[in-house]
Order: sequence, then structure tokens, then C-alpha cells
Amino acid sequence: MSKPRITVIDYGLGNLLSVQRGLEHCGAEVLLTSDPEAVVSAERAVLPGVGAFASAMQSLTAYGLVPALQALASKGTPLLGICLGMQLLLDESEEFGHTRGLGLIPGRVIPVPTKTAHGETQKIPHIGWNGLVPAESRRDWTDTLLQSNRQGEAAYFVHSFMAVPTDPQHRLADCFYGGQRIPALVNRDRITGCQFHPEKSGEVGLKILRAFCAD
Amino acid sequence: MQQNFRLIARLDIKGPNLIKGIHLEGLRVIGSPAEHALRYYEQGVDELLYMDCVASLYGRNHLAEIVRSAAENIFVPMTVGGGIRSINDAIQILRAGADKVAVNTAAVANPQLITDIARRFGSQCMVLSIEAKQITPQRWEVYTDNGRERTGLDVVEWAKRGVLMGAGEILLTSVDHEGTRKGFNIDLLRAVTAEVSVPVIASGGMGHAEDCVAAARDGGADAVAMADILHYKRATVGDIRAHAKAALLGVRDYEQA
Repeated sequence: MSKPRITVIDYGLGNLLSVQRGLEHCGAEVLLTSDPEAVVSAERAVLPGVGAFASAMQSLTAYGLVPALQALASKGTPLLGICLGMQLLLDESEEFGHTRGLGLIPGRVIPVPTKTAHGETQKIPHIGWNGLVPAESRRDWTDTLLQSNRQGEAAYFVHSFMAVPTDPQHRLADCFYGGQRIPALVNRDRITGCQFHPEKSGEVGLKILRAFCAD
Repeated sequence: MQQNFRLIARLDIKGPNLIKGIHLEGLRVIGSPAEHALRYYEQGVDELLYMDCVASLYGRNHLAEIVRSAAENIFVPMTVGGGIRSINDAIQILRAGADKVAVNTAAVANPQLITDIARRFGSQCMVLSIEAKQITPQRWEVYTDNGRERTGLDVVEWAKRGVLMGAGEILLTSVDHEGTRKGFNIDLLRAVTAEVSVPVIASGGMGHAEDCVAAARDGGADAVAMADILHYKRATVGDIRAHAKAALLGVRDYEQA
């Protein structure tokens, strides 16, 4: 069997090496590119990203990658957005004013609540390992990228904003922070976004990357 | 009560070697950083913290190599510090696979560096490393260069200022407790955690598994950095996690594969 080929989109932001090494560890052949044509023709693509939403969108625009990603998504190519890359999949973000996103999953990016469910101040960014649970619209994770994961397994999060899909059916997994649900994994057709870092979540994350390589 | 309390393995690096000192001095070679890091990853450590304790230009290049090769088979977050003096240094280390940089000496010399790193990479990436020495029962002074140079700065004031300037996390090392196995400096931790809103990593003095419970419960820490206890195999990460869990501390559920 040939190796799955995964195109990792390089738009000048973030720690691509870890994503690349994680995918390679899962048996993939990784191509790093900022070329829109290579992105459109990808077999599978990963959109990584750390940092600020607006500068990421500026950078994607400057590389001509916005239409490329939209074309890739409409072809039904598997696409995985990680952390900021997940947030970019939505319609718009409230980080530092309003910025339009890629619009591949309807919804908005809003701040992680600064208060817990009991009204106490909580630490922002939300940093650390947190357990994954099925979103309210889900019973389990059958036939999803999380099919090999146990409920409650922890993944590594680092973020101050969160991506909230308009349609609850697009939420696959959440985590709880300060007693409140935060979307951890969102999905629409072949487009998936995870707020946590699968490449930094040990075996729990590698299982998700393996599922993506086989998707 | 903390949720997601983190167990971090701290690897002090000198040249190509993993080393360990007492009060950050009298360094002894422990062995290969790669072997130890992989062992802690397999034991289920939550994060790795690499600190170059000579912080020379050569040392830092070594460190980038060590981090780059660790990124091949270790898939948990890595924080790297020691000798990071500029945005460019931070870029090099992040490109090598690090997730966060820890800055001490250069931040004291040029606090603007904290803001520059936070603006460029996000505050979650900017760990302010503070080396604290006790001067009176409730006062601590900031030291730099691995506890060698005094700064005249008050630890609590510096921590608050660092957070205002953009630090997303504080690594708080008690030079007095470091390498002594006598437990964390709880008063120091409490003084800082009471005043800052960002996560604080307790470092220096972890002698027994129960010390991490005290750091969380009494000190308000969000994480512990462990070195001696792991390097000398006095406990595994799993032992410490089991102890923390039994004490009802909110740690990550981890089942060894």
C-alpha cells in the first residue's frame, strides 16, 4: 500500500515541524507548500496555525490560498485545521475587531469565557490537557476521526479564542473549562477542525492523525 | 482547585548533556537528553522543559539540535529556555519544534522582549522564567544567569510586570530549594500565584510525589517542573500521577499504551 500523501499548508505561521513529524510518525508522506495550485490538487490537506486570526487571514490572502482552500473544500478533499487553523475554517472572528474567515463551517470565533460557570475569574489562555467528551448533539464518535479515541481521553489545548459552529451538528467533541463547554473538534463533510494540538497530545492525538491519514 | 494540573519534566542541558545541579550549581552529568526525554514521554509526562544552563551561543545551537531530534518521536509540548536574547533566537527554537520559549536574563535586561515575543507568537508562547532567592521571610529577589547575578528586582513585582508586558506563563524556580529534594518553596509560590492571572509552574525542590500536591493545594501552582526525582529514577511520572490522582488533584488521565 502506498503512503498517504498529506499537504501541509505553509503560510509563514506556526510550528510546522511538529505537525509534519506527527503525520510522518503516522506513516504519511508530507509535502509542505504555500502554492495555491498544489493545495487545490492535494489528496489531503492540513491547515496548521498559531498566533492571531487577522494576521493569519492576511497571510493566507497574500499567498492566494483563500480561494485555493475554498476550492479544495468544495471538491470534498479531506481538510484538517489545527488550533488557529480550525478557527480559520469558520465565518468570522471577534479577535481584535471582526475579521472574516474561510467560511467553510458556519460559525463564529469568540473569546474563551473569562469567568467559570460559577462566576469566578479563570485563567486565559486555556492551556493544558483536557478531556474530550462527545458534543451535546452526539452520542459517540462512530465513523468519525475520533473513532479510536475513548471518551475522556485528554488532548493538549493552548488558546484564548474558541470556534463555535452555528449548527450544533457540526460539533463532534467538546472539553470542559471552568464548567463550560468549549468546542474541541468540529466537522462538516470532509472538513475537520481541532482546537487542541493532535501533534502535541501524545498517543491520543496520534490516533486522530492516523484516522485522518486513512480518511 | 486546579483542573488540568501539569506534570513537567525539566531537562537542564549543558552542551550535549543532560545535567543536574544543586541551587543551579555544582552541575553533574546525568546522561543523554534524548534517552531521558523519550523515557518521560513514554511514562506519560505532560510537557518537557529544556533549559540550557550555560546559555552560550554554542550551547543554544546544541539545544536547537536536541529539540529538533526530540520532535521526531516525542509528541507533547516542549518549552525551551536559556540564552534566548532576541526574536530571532525565539524563531530558531520554535522552528526546531519548541512550542514555547522561556526567557529570563534577556527579559530582565530588555523587558520589551517579552512584549515582542508575545505579539509575534502569542502570549501562550512566552514563558517568563524567574529565578528567585529569598532575602527575607516574605521577600524574594530576581536572579539571572542561573542564580549567579542579582538584579535588585522583587520577584512578585517582576512577575506582575512580566504578565502586563505579555508573559502567558511563569516558570518560578526557587534557587534556594533547587536540587535539595526538600519540597517546593510554598510561600514563594503563594506570593506569586496570588498576584498574577497566568499559569505558574513550580520549579525547584521536588523530592517526593506529595510535593506536587502541596505546590497545587497550598502554593496555587498550575504545574510542577520535575528533574532530580525523575533523572535519578526515584519515581516515574506514572507514580507521581497516581499519587496526585489519589490526592484528588486534577491531573490528566493517562493510560500507558
